[in-house]
This record gives sequence, C-alpha cells and structure tokens, in this order.
Amino acid sequence: MSGNIAVRGTFRRLVRVFFTCSIRMLSLLLAVSVISFALVTMSPVDPVQQYITGLGTAVSPEQRAKIEDYWGVNEPPVRRYMGWLSELVRGNLGESALYRRPVADIIGERFLNSLALMLCAWLLSGVTGFFLGCIMGMYEDRWPDKLLKRICYVLSSTPTFWLGLVFLIVFCVGLGWFPVGFSSPVGVLRADVTLWQRIHHLILPAFTLSLMSFANIALHTRRKLSDVLNSEYVLFARARGEGPYTILCRHGLRNILLPGLTLQFASFAELFGGSVMAENVFSYPGLGSAVSAAGQNGDVPLLLGVTLCSALFVCTGNMMANLLYRVVDPQIRKELR
Amino acid sequence: MEQRTEALLEIRDLSVSFRMYGHGLKQEDQQVISDLHLSVYPGEILAVAGSSGSGKSLLASAILGILPDNAAVRGYVSYQGEELTPEGQARLRGTEIALVPQSVSFLDPLMRTGAQAEGHRRPRPAERRRQLFRDLGLPDQTERLYPFQLSGGMARRVLVSTALLTDARLIIADEPTPGMSLEQALKALRIFREMADSGRAVILITHDIDLAVEIADRVAVFYAGTTVETAKASDFKAGPGALRHPYSQALWRALPQNEFQPIEGSQPDAGELPKGCLFAPRCPFRTAKCVAETPPVRQVRGGEVRCCYGA
Repeated sequence: MSGNIAVRGTFRRLVRVFFTCSIRMLSLLLAVSVISFALVTMSPVDPVQQYITGLGTAVSPEQRAKIEDYWGVNEPPVRRYMGWLSELVRGNLGESALYRRPVADIIGERFLNSLALMLCAWLLSGVTGFFLGCIMGMYEDRWPDKLLKRICYVLSSTPTFWLGLVFLIVFCVGLGWFPVGFSSPVGVLRADVTLWQRIHHLILPAFTLSLMSFANIALHTRRKLSDVLNSEYVLFARARGEGPYTILCRHGLRNILLPGLTLQFASFAELFGGSVMAENVFSYPGLGSAVSAAGQNGDVPLLLGVTLCSALFVCTGNMMANLLYRVVDPQIRKELR
Repeated sequence: MEQRTEALLEIRDLSVSFRMYGHGLKQEDQQVISDLHLSVYPGEILAVAGSSGSGKSLLASAILGILPDNAAVRGYVSYQGEELTPEGQARLRGTEIALVPQSVSFLDPLMRTGAQAEGHRRPRPAERRRQLFRDLGLPDQTERLYPFQLSGGMARRVLVSTALLTDARLIIADEPTPGMSLEQALKALRIFREMADSGRAVILITHDIDLAVEIADRVAVFYAGTTVETAKASDFKAGPGALRHPYSQALWRALPQNEFQPIEGSQPDAGELPKGCLFAPRCPFRTAKCVAETPPVRQVRGGEVRCCYGA
C-alpha cells in the first residue's frame, strides 16, 4: 500500500462520495420544493390579492381576472407546480410581491449579509465552544467545570430574541457601543459604507447568535473529552508517563475533533433558525428577516425561494460534515473500500 | 533467581478503597485491595494469579499511581528500597516501570501504530522501534496501521513493544494472553521470559493459573483483593502438600487436570468483606481467631502465607 496509490484511492472515493451526496441533495431539494409548494397552495394566502395590495392602486374585477389568468391561478396545482419548477430550473425564482424585484436578486444580496453574520457566529461559537468544552472536560467536576457548566445551561435555555433585546438595551441604548440596527449606518449611500461600519453593525447580532449555539458545542465537547479521558487508552497513556496536557494534545484533541466538527457542521440548521430571530431583533437585512417579512406579507415567491435556499444551505453543511468525516477518520476511510 | 538481592518493588499492607455513593446520599467505601503483600526481585517473573473480579488490574494502577480520583490508598510501596510517593510514581511511570495492558482498546484508535509505540517522549526512538518491530516479527507496514487494523497477535506484540522501548526495569503485564492461541500465548510469554532473563523484573497478572505456573518463577495467589500466598512455581507443580494456604490448596484441587473438585461458596464482593481472614467463611480449617482478626503474613518453607493455620 504505497502512499501514491492510497492518495489516488482516497481521491477516487471522495469523488464517489461527492456524487452520491449531490444526488441526495438534489432529491432532497425536490422533496422540499414539493412540500413547500403544497403547503403554500393549501394556505389561505392569496398571491393575487397580495400582488394587488402591493400595487397600491384599485383594480377592477376584470383586470383581476386577467391577472389570475396570466398567472395560471385556476389551473390544477400539479400543472402550476410543473410550471414553477421549470422556471426554477432555468434560474427564475419569480418576482417578489413585497420588494418588486426578482427573488434571486434579493436572496443573493441578503444571503451575503446573512452569510457574514452566520459565518462570524459559527466560527465564534465553534472556537469558544470547543475551547471551553476542553476546559470543562479537563477539570471535570471541579470548580471551572461547575461554573462554566452553569453558564452553559443558562445560555442554552435563554431564548435568542430575549438575549438580543437585553444586549440591545445594554450595549446599544445604555452604553452606546454599537448601532441599534441594520447592517450599515442610516443615511449613508451603499457605496460609501466602509468595511469597519459593516463589521461594527455585525458584531452584536453575531455575538448574540453565537451565544445561542456555543453552549451546545461546549457541553458536547466536554462530554466527549470526558469519555476520552476515562478511556482505557488514556489510562495506558497515563501509565506511560504522559501528563494531563500531553494527553489532551496527543489523544484528547485527536479523538474529540471529529465529533466536534460534525456537530459544528450539523449546526447549520440551528444557526439558520437562530439567525431569523437575531436578524429580526437587530433589524439586520439578511435572509432571516426576509423570510419573516415574506411570511407576514404573503410574499409566496420569496418565501419559496428562501425555503429552498435554506434547505440547500443546511444540506450543504451536513454534506461537508460527511465529507470531512471521510477525510479525517481512518476507520471510516477504510470501511469505504 | 536470587532471593538474596534487594527487592525491586516491595508492597506491604497495601489497601485500596473506592468511595462510592450507595442508596440515596449514603457514602460507602468499597475496599478492593486489602492488606496486600508482594515483593518482586530483578530477574524473575512473578505471576499474580486470581479469579476475575479479584482486583488484579487495580493492583497495576495502584503501583503506577494512576487510580481514579475517588480511590484511597493505604500501605507501603517501595521501589529500590525507597518509599514511593505520588511524585515518585509520576517520575517512574513509563521510564522505570512499564505497563503492558490487556488489549488493543488500550491503544488510541486514531493514532498510527508506529507513533503510538514510540510514545510521547522526545527524541522519538524511531530507529529502535523499527528494529524492535522487526525482531517481534511485525511486518514493516505495521507502523502505518491503525489499531483496529491489527490482528490480535499483532496488537499484543505492539503493546509489548511499548514496554520494550523503555528502559524500564519493572514490567507489569496485565492479562497478556487471553484470546490468543496456545502457540501465540507461549510466544508472548517467551518474550517476558527474555525480559526477566535480561535482569528486569516482570509482574504477570493473570487469571490462568496453569500459565502462571508454567512461565513464572513465583506465583502469588490473589483472593478477594489480597495475596493469600506467594510460593515458588514448583510448589504448585508439586501439589497441595507443598502449598501453604487452604485457598491455594483448594485452587489446586479445583483444576481440571487435578481433582476437579471445587469448594463451596464464592469470593466475597468488595463491599461485603468479612472482618478477619478474607477466606475464613469458606475455610475448612477456620478458627475463632481467624474469623475475628486478619492473620499476619508468615514465612513458611520459603514462601509467604497469610494464614494462622500451620499448613
């Protein structure tokens, strides 16, 4: 088993895994589109009425019938779905009734905002969660562990929106350290917004969002590390004269990194859910606030678009976790042959 | 084997107990090792033989000072005539005293065998390890394998290699043979014989009394967390007449190739140890005195025995 062949074998396996994952993802997206389309169809939301309301002018019944005819509202649902799907495949997500712009454009722009927010929160919660989890695991049942565990329990049982409100009151209104909302200062042209201003607006929402998931990661890491430290191979490492720090670096990290990474990538779903809350509290113009606006205003094309987009996002996270597992864990790598 | 030389490791009246939480908030101490006596000399293999659940593996942890936090240790342990403190134990672990653990589960599942055998100390003894793997008959690619890819015999040899790579003068091998064929077991035991012959001392912890008698110089019979008798291996071959403790004699009789006659009762659990001699409840020769107090260790016919009965 020379290195070259092994590397080529690994690469070929990865390609195969990638293909199976892609097929899985496509079928998942298809299922999500069917279900969400069916749900919207069954819901009392009347897209024509929403559109007309959005126009802001009175519309006669004849004109309304024309719009209905043009949109194909009275056709059977399956045909409507097929029509929507064929446009979707061509990249046309329709036009938002709320913003009067193509849904794809809105998602693209908002997704970037959300991505910055979620990425910051994700990294922050991942790194601090992992680090604190390691501390808790190393000092299991001693005071650093007890203290941090309590903090984690309190944080994970605190609703994000409430925490966001508290932060707004303390840091924005009380201390005035951060702006109260939005992703850029009010009254400044988009072209003039500096990177620092964007970051300044991002800090508090990202921090709030990361506080929600870091407790989870910290507690999981703690549990994993404590399992590892109570394992027979760590007992043997101690018998060979390894100190606590050597054991953490040599065996601990190696064995907890993998479940940690999986958990971290699998947390995309929670992250997205949390971002809806955080973005609303901080009036941050991301995908999360778009989805609640679309829901409240019956903006069907936008709602469906965001749903698909978030499904894609969460699924990508899970797929990355799967791929990573296969690269890192020798046991799984060998089983794949 | 020269008994006249100074013992490498000497244990006197070692007791280990665990603080457990019983029903509700009641704390109870479970004594797993009681008043254990043991000495091992350079150049010999001392087998510690006892049935499962008698606390044999904990003895290894106690010597190395790696018992769990809720364990309390009493007694005297010395290495080369110096009493062992926790700091002393930490210094000796992996340098002077090496453990050969039971199974592949004592290897880090995500670390390649080669790096694992070489250990954490720098500089890594890579060249020496490679030579040792060859000497042990491990194929060259073994160093790149992960523990789960090793066969039982290979894993055993890798575990042994971790001890051989140190300059330890005391090797504690914990159940090194279960799951091996007779041939493999004899091969592994030959390695320990060679270690002992090169001047090291080997403590072989095992539940297999036949194997212990076959390979060891002396055998310590372990019962309910204590050594009831330490005798020359030849005494076990000679039969119950040469043995000193009623339990050793009963053990001999219970062996299939001998009388195959078990005695009544079973070994007491750690939480429910009798007050005096631990074997008294099952002993055919018990007196009021041995039920009341723990008998002292006596030297009888070149062996050590903890019994009042003058066998």
